[in-house]
Amino acid sequence: MTSEAPLDLQTLSDEDLRTQMHDDLYDGLAEELVEGTNILLQRGWGPEQVLNQALVEGMRIVGIDFRDGILFVPEVLLAANAMKAAMGVLRPLLAETGAQPIGRVVIGTVKGDIHDIGKNLVAMMLEGVGFEVFDLGINNSVEKYLAAIEEHQPDILGMSALLTTTMPYMKVVIDTLEEKGIRGKLIVLVGGAPLNEEFGKAIGADAYCRDAAVAAETAESMVLARRLTSGED
Amino acid sequence: MILVEDEVLSPSAPGRMLVIACGAIARELLEVIRLNHLSHITVECLPGKLHNTPQDIAPRVEARLTAAAGRYDQVFVAYADCGTGGMLDRVLERHGVERIPGAHCYEFFLGGAEFSRIHEEEPGTFYLTDFLCRHFERFVIQGLKLDKFPQLTPQYFGNYRRLVYLAQTESRELVDLGRRAADYLGLDYQVRRTGYGDLESTLLHFAGTAV
Repeated sequence: MTSEAPLDLQTLSDEDLRTQMHDDLYDGLAEELVEGTNILLQRGWGPEQVLNQALVEGMRIVGIDFRDGILFVPEVLLAANAMKAAMGVLRPLLAETGAQPIGRVVIGTVKGDIHDIGKNLVAMMLEGVGFEVFDLGINNSVEKYLAAIEEHQPDILGMSALLTTTMPYMKVVIDTLEEKGIRGKLIVLVGGAPLNEEFGKAIGADAYCRDAAVAAETAESMVLARRLTSGED
Repeated sequence: MILVEDEVLSPSAPGRMLVIACGAIARELLEVIRLNHLSHITVECLPGKLHNTPQDIAPRVEARLTAAAGRYDQVFVAYADCGTGGMLDRVLERHGVERIPGAHCYEFFLGGAEFSRIHEEEPGTFYLTDFLCRHFERFVIQGLKLDKFPQLTPQYFGNYRRLVYLAQTESRELVDLGRRAADYLGLDYQVRRTGYGDLESTLLHFAGTAV
């Protein structure tokens, strides 16, 4: 019987290390992912490069396998926790670069609903692709959303619900945005296990996002498209 | 009796009424049938564990409805929406079949108005029924892999404040199991005796014996 020697990440080429980090993220190995992050930084990789190529790409793979029923919620949570640990290393370095966020997002679970696993994954992925995220947490009334929109002037409002009894509240928020005359200034994204595209359209959201990776892709493309059409940089 | 796999209960019954039921309420359903002498109803159960993958509920129910077509005068589905986000209702509409009103079994055991009141009072309420008290270990701890990854417990349950055991029957053993579950999750514990709630009235209505 032989036992496999532990892998020394320092011995791997950049490309092999990046691939190994995808595997470590997939397996929820936080310590190994932090070690890989530090090695790439020591080798001269910029924090954005590590974030995009090692972490966000790794989470995208996790998202695909979750969607396809290969991974389940516990494994996704472990992967997210590993990514969070590596983000802890990168966040101060990203701040130092002075890079501007690609947009601002206010996100929260709707009133009456205390479920936040999916919403937290979305917030993390949005931060990963370069958004500044203001997370309102759980059980948010329309007044809380409005106050946060007023304070943070976001490009995107994200709303989440897990319960069939709470998801209709998203329409209450969207209707209030219409009444206040600010609906057109915001991209509204919605998500949550019992939702679907049809529901998103019915309540007047701009898009329903079926998972965190799709939410990040949708947010990025919609903000960029809106900037192009409005003539902003 | 543990009802987690597909089962036909009372398969030899000659009745022309079929109830396709969630395995998590099978015991209660059979008791309502027994108490009300509804022996002409045949019950088919789908696994209770489908609640951990609610997207599978509607297709599994539809397969049973298709298989039952033409074999019964009436078919009823003993599920609530159960996290299917309306998928189950779309299937039932296609087949012209009704289900128990409400979002979850918690709601039909408590009654809609009382469920709304309790949820509004504390949105961070985690519910157990008799079934979930009995199978907490398998459905919750093992189902969410908390046995392997206990560090995930705060992520799953950190926003919950209390556990309410909705008791269909009077059982000291189940009350104690509920308390152990609450202790495991670090939640306050309450017991509410619900009986069979809307499950009984809905079934009686379906069976045409409602007063």
